Amino acid sequence: LTRLRKFLTSASRWRWALPALVVASFVFAFLSENYPLINTYTQFVLVTVGINIILSTSLNLVNGYMGEFSVGHAGFMSLGAYASAVLTTKWLPDIPWAFFPSVLFGGMVAALIGFLLALLSFKTRGDYLAIITLAFLMIVKSAFENIPYVGGPRGLLGIDKQTTLPWTLFWVVVTLWMIRNLVYSKFGRAVAAIREDEIAANAMGVRTREAKILAFVVSSFSGGVAGALFAHQIQFINPSSFDILKSTEILVMVYLGGIGSLAGSILGAVIFTFTAQALQPLGTWRMVVMPLILVLLMLFRPRGIMGLRELTWFLPERELSKGQLV
Amino acid sequence: VIYLIQQAINAVQLGSIYALIALGYSMVYGVLTMINFAHGDIFMVGAFFCLLVASFISLPFAVMLIIVMVATGLLGAFIERVAYRPLRQAPRVSAVITALGCGLVIENTTLSLSPYAKPMPTLFRSESFHFFGVTVSTLQILIIGVAVVLMAGLDFLIRKTSYGIAMRAISFDAATVPLMGVPVNRVISLTFFIGAGLGGAAGMLYGLAYPVISASMGILVGWKAFVAAVIGGIGSIRGAVLGGFLLGAVEVMSVAFLPSTYRDLISYSLLLVILIFKPYGLLGSAPNQKV
Repeated sequence: LTRLRKFLTSASRWRWALPALVVASFVFAFLSENYPLINTYTQFVLVTVGINIILSTSLNLVNGYMGEFSVGHAGFMSLGAYASAVLTTKWLPDIPWAFFPSVLFGGMVAALIGFLLALLSFKTRGDYLAIITLAFLMIVKSAFENIPYVGGPRGLLGIDKQTTLPWTLFWVVVTLWMIRNLVYSKFGRAVAAIREDEIAANAMGVRTREAKILAFVVSSFSGGVAGALFAHQIQFINPSSFDILKSTEILVMVYLGGIGSLAGSILGAVIFTFTAQALQPLGTWRMVVMPLILVLLMLFRPRGIMGLRELTWFLPERELSKGQLV
Repeated sequence: VIYLIQQAINAVQLGSIYALIALGYSMVYGVLTMINFAHGDIFMVGAFFCLLVASFISLPFAVMLIIVMVATGLLGAFIERVAYRPLRQAPRVSAVITALGCGLVIENTTLSLSPYAKPMPTLFRSESFHFFGVTVSTLQILIIGVAVVLMAGLDFLIRKTSYGIAMRAISFDAATVPLMGVPVNRVISLTFFIGAGLGGAAGMLYGLAYPVISASMGILVGWKAFVAAVIGGIGSIRGAVLGGFLLGAVEVMSVAFLPSTYRDLISYSLLLVILIFKPYGLLGSAPNQKV
């Protein structure tokens, strides 16, 4: 056991491990595109894992690192999904290069609304911010239900299946890279200061407003990207696929994996996706199990598996001297 | 004009149901400063429980109301005991997440047990009266009457009894009150019991007024009542009543003049607008912020 621990300790120092893992996954993803390495179902599950990682890390930025409670992440997801799907099906149909810009567009639309929500968060926080994000979610949902152009309550059909494994991996890496760099920057410190005590942080001269805007915009951008990928994976979106239950699923991932931890978010998303697939035979009872897990987590391990700890691979060089391990 | 008066009666009916549910949200927030997201689902359970009892025996309305209120009240107190009490010292966000989870557990359990919307039995014969072209049914009078009686009773309870004093004391200063010998846990349990009982009563009345009930009712109606509580200023009892009637009026009027699909859009937008200008609701007060 000591040998294993020694091995893990040395493994946690391998600075080349994370880039190597990324390159290896890209190679695998491209190979699986062209050769039948894995079947379609496995491919589907892996893409879902990727989308869920994007969702959980980006929500973790607001709920974990910043310590707010947003229940509106599914709203950003639906904004991204609709924006990108409108682009690929109505404005730029049959153009092979349209997928990347449309995902980007989806993310940007979500980021714009996220910016507006950040402005609202200046006045209120805690419970009232949760209410605002809830209202936001409901407004987005019923707005889409009332726009006939995007199909109203029936939803938008006939989206091309364009979310491939390499594309998903690309966006996962972009999201992780973006959020990791943000969290360990000056703004990341400000975000953590907001979590610990906003008033004190303000008094110390931390620019909490800018940090809030940045956190919300980055988080909602990634939420929108995930929504865009989701739309082009499922090939069908309707307003009720982005309801409060979807938000709850993302919350489960974040709080299961651990708040304030990228490795935790990844772990949460992976565990959640596989559990959800395994629970498929339960039918609607699955929707009982998910929130029940959330309740039990809150009661017995409120900070989740990784809870404010980080895998050293994600830490920048200068953080290592502090002796944080795993 | 007659159309308007008719709509106004509908608005009062819907508003009194919203107000009853909103009271439950507000009472719990008052003592624990916690949003009980499971409350909407307790409202839904109230309607289903009424249906369940009515399918076995036919009871007079008043007895049924009391049974439903006691049952949902016990459910509310049970949830508090099991899920919220262990988290009282934890960060508030944990409690909110737990409440959200509890609500979804209740909702989806009901959904799994009863996947389709069920018709609600009529508990008594309702007659309609016509005054100058305006139609009022006994059911509407009964709903409004029961709601007003319950609200008046609650107001009395909070203002005049020792329990009410204890409850207001806890919401004023939760740290000092236990030192004064007030049994905090018992008061909180009782608050949940009463709040959930009112919610259950609202569920039953709602089921009688709009006689198709489904598991999604907790989100559709219960959360709307939550909006009402926030508009009025959550934690404020009178604010909850005001918010309930205000939201009922806005919804009925928006359905009367716009396509009904816009209803949710309008009520949630109203919430957002009010929160932007009065972040703590119409009758609420901003909490002191300390470092």
